[in-house]
Amino acid sequence: MKHTLSVLVENKPGALMRISSMFARRGFNIESLAVGPTERPDVSRITLRVDCEQHPLEQIEKQMHKLVNVLRVSELEPGEAVERELALLKVSAGPGRRGELIALAHAFNARVADLGADAIVFEVVGHPEEIDAFEELVRPHGLQELVRTGRIGLGRASVGSQRSRKQHVLR
Amino acid sequence: MKMQGADAILRALEAEGVETMFGIPGGAILPTYDAIARGTTVRHVLARHEQGAGHMAEGYARASGRVGVALATSGPGATNLVTPIADAWMDSTPLVCITGQVRTHLIGTDAFQECDITGITIPIVKHSWLVQDVEELPSVLRAAFHVARTGRCGPVLVDVPRDVQEATLDFEYPDEVDLPGWKPPRRVHLRQVRIAAQALAAAEKPMLYVGGGTLNADACAELLELAEVGRLPVVTTLMAKSAFPETHELHFGWPGMHGPKWSNWGINKCDLLVAVGARFDDRVTGKLSAFAPGATVVHLDIDSAEIGKLRRADIPVVGPLKQVLAELARELRALQEEGAGPRTEAWLRQLAEWREEFPLRYSRDGDLLKPQPVLETLQELTAGQDVIWTTGVGQHQMWAMQYLVCERPRTFITSGGLGTMGYGVPAAIGAKAARPEATVVCVDGDGCFQMTGQELATSVLEDLPIVVVIVNNGYLGMVRQWQDMFFEERLSQIHLTHHVPDYARLAEAYGAAGFTVESEDELEGTLAEALRCGRTAVVDCRVDPREHCFPMIPAGAAALDLVEYEDREAVPAP
Repeated sequence: MKHTLSVLVENKPGALMRISSMFARRGFNIESLAVGPTERPDVSRITLRVDCEQHPLEQIEKQMHKLVNVLRVSELEPGEAVERELALLKVSAGPGRRGELIALAHAFNARVADLGADAIVFEVVGHPEEIDAFEELVRPHGLQELVRTGRIGLGRASVGSQRSRKQHVLR
Repeated sequence: MKMQGADAILRALEAEGVETMFGIPGGAILPTYDAIARGTTVRHVLARHEQGAGHMAEGYARASGRVGVALATSGPGATNLVTPIADAWMDSTPLVCITGQVRTHLIGTDAFQECDITGITIPIVKHSWLVQDVEELPSVLRAAFHVARTGRCGPVLVDVPRDVQEATLDFEYPDEVDLPGWKPPRRVHLRQVRIAAQALAAAEKPMLYVGGGTLNADACAELLELAEVGRLPVVTTLMAKSAFPETHELHFGWPGMHGPKWSNWGINKCDLLVAVGARFDDRVTGKLSAFAPGATVVHLDIDSAEIGKLRRADIPVVGPLKQVLAELARELRALQEEGAGPRTEAWLRQLAEWREEFPLRYSRDGDLLKPQPVLETLQELTAGQDVIWTTGVGQHQMWAMQYLVCERPRTFITSGGLGTMGYGVPAAIGAKAARPEATVVCVDGDGCFQMTGQELATSVLEDLPIVVVIVNNGYLGMVRQWQDMFFEERLSQIHLTHHVPDYARLAEAYGAAGFTVESEDELEGTLAEALRCGRTAVVDCRVDPREHCFPMIPAGAAALDLVEYEDREAVPAP
């Protein structure tokens, strides 16, 4: 089963390395990982996607809590979080195929980021599963290159107080 | 007060109450050694190898319960500390390692003696710091000591570039630590303690399975109280040897691969297993599914990540063990006053019967000195005295566990988790520095001794006398045991010989006293003389290389598959 973990860490050198090293040495696999700044300059947020059962997930969370730079670990439960990902896709498209592809992209709210003689670069933002679907649809046209940011997420505003399992709390 | 970074390091150590540090100077740590020359109240013990310095700091920490401090230069100095750091990590020994680093502007350029020691050690430290700004030095050192000794103890590393040591700062040592992400449990949930106490009161065959966390938590008095209140039998792991008085009627040995049958059966047959600062290590459990198969598990630990890591805990209790055990004893006593159990007398009788029925055994066949009498004689000669034992890793270590009797906490210091050969001699020197009034004896193997034996020079010159008793079988004995038992006696690359080096003469070359024992007749007199001589001594006990350590639970086997001494010829194929 796949889980999304949202981890707040001190914005210090080596913080990401400590986390990824812990995953590696304990034999946990990271499916995707996205790091970026937060509303506080001294804090970064790491969104991690892992594929594991409940028991290893608890181990991951506990082991992460022990890292000095880790401030808070919470699981983003499906339905209670907004999750997004950005992808750039370079698709083969000669002049004769452009119209069809752009129409397809339109249905996914994908934007044309760049247009060349033989290819289009699409930019698509959405739930990771929507990006999967778009990727599958354009693949037959000749998917030359693909890059995805990995998912990021936040607890929904509408769910009220964050139900996430809080362990370490900021001052 | 204005001073150099190097002086600030020493003022910080002084503020932390450090009395002794262990290290070796080199290029990138020179400014700090210059500051040592300018004066400090901290005694510096000059080791012969940084690994030795690290293990000395570990031995110091384990004997005293305080944070051990090791100093080394950059590059090879720092990498030589990696083994002690890993060792301290596995055995949760509080350690602050301070390493010199190349100047800030050279970092990342493959400069002379540069290595990324903070990167190398990430998997084996609780935390580490590369200090880039001299102003951070006081708060980093304050945090380093705090992290090393709070929560589950362990090693930290502070890497200080040479120019940071030379830069000037206005030194003020902070009272508070600024670590928003470091919040180890400070108190226990009393509700969980109550549930654990109820389980104990209802148990008929409880067993306290005590690990090294008990010693780290300084919770031995509380453990003794709990055991006595509930009349609860106790087994102590290798790391917890000395956490419970071993002559006490409630002590039932040591569980695990070379533990006696009665200890392992006790765990196997118990109905309530209370793990106290123990981590279900594979050398203790053997086949995990067959470890205490019928027991409800209560797991007491400061580290919540240990709960359920290997064995599901039915009743987890997270908190500082000193408080956890005291509260548990109080709750249990309250339940008893209401007429509840536990009623353990029948169970204690059963355990005592097994102990009578299956004692540790060996035979004195052949002409050669056996290793077990070396340990038995050492025990007889030192019974009741203030002795601290250290060991290397291997057969001699297991015999030491089986035959030495520890009465007081922190008197058995060994490398358990990492199994670091060569730990014994430097750890003994560190223990002697921590407890100069105690007799410190290192029980070593000949293989182990040759890994760190050069620290005899440190022992002699720093006036830290220790007695090293080498159980010299001329082989890498434990490897031989496995090759004999599990590789059809194909002995491969393990023969060290009894006579090269001549350990007694080597000891004399170092200015220590050297003795050789080749028969049981000479054993008692020679060991007594070595213990009495008041200076560093090495006793080379040349023992039968064919002697194996029993009982033994083959790796991955269940406790009930334990092989006794008398069944040693009939070991099942792996």
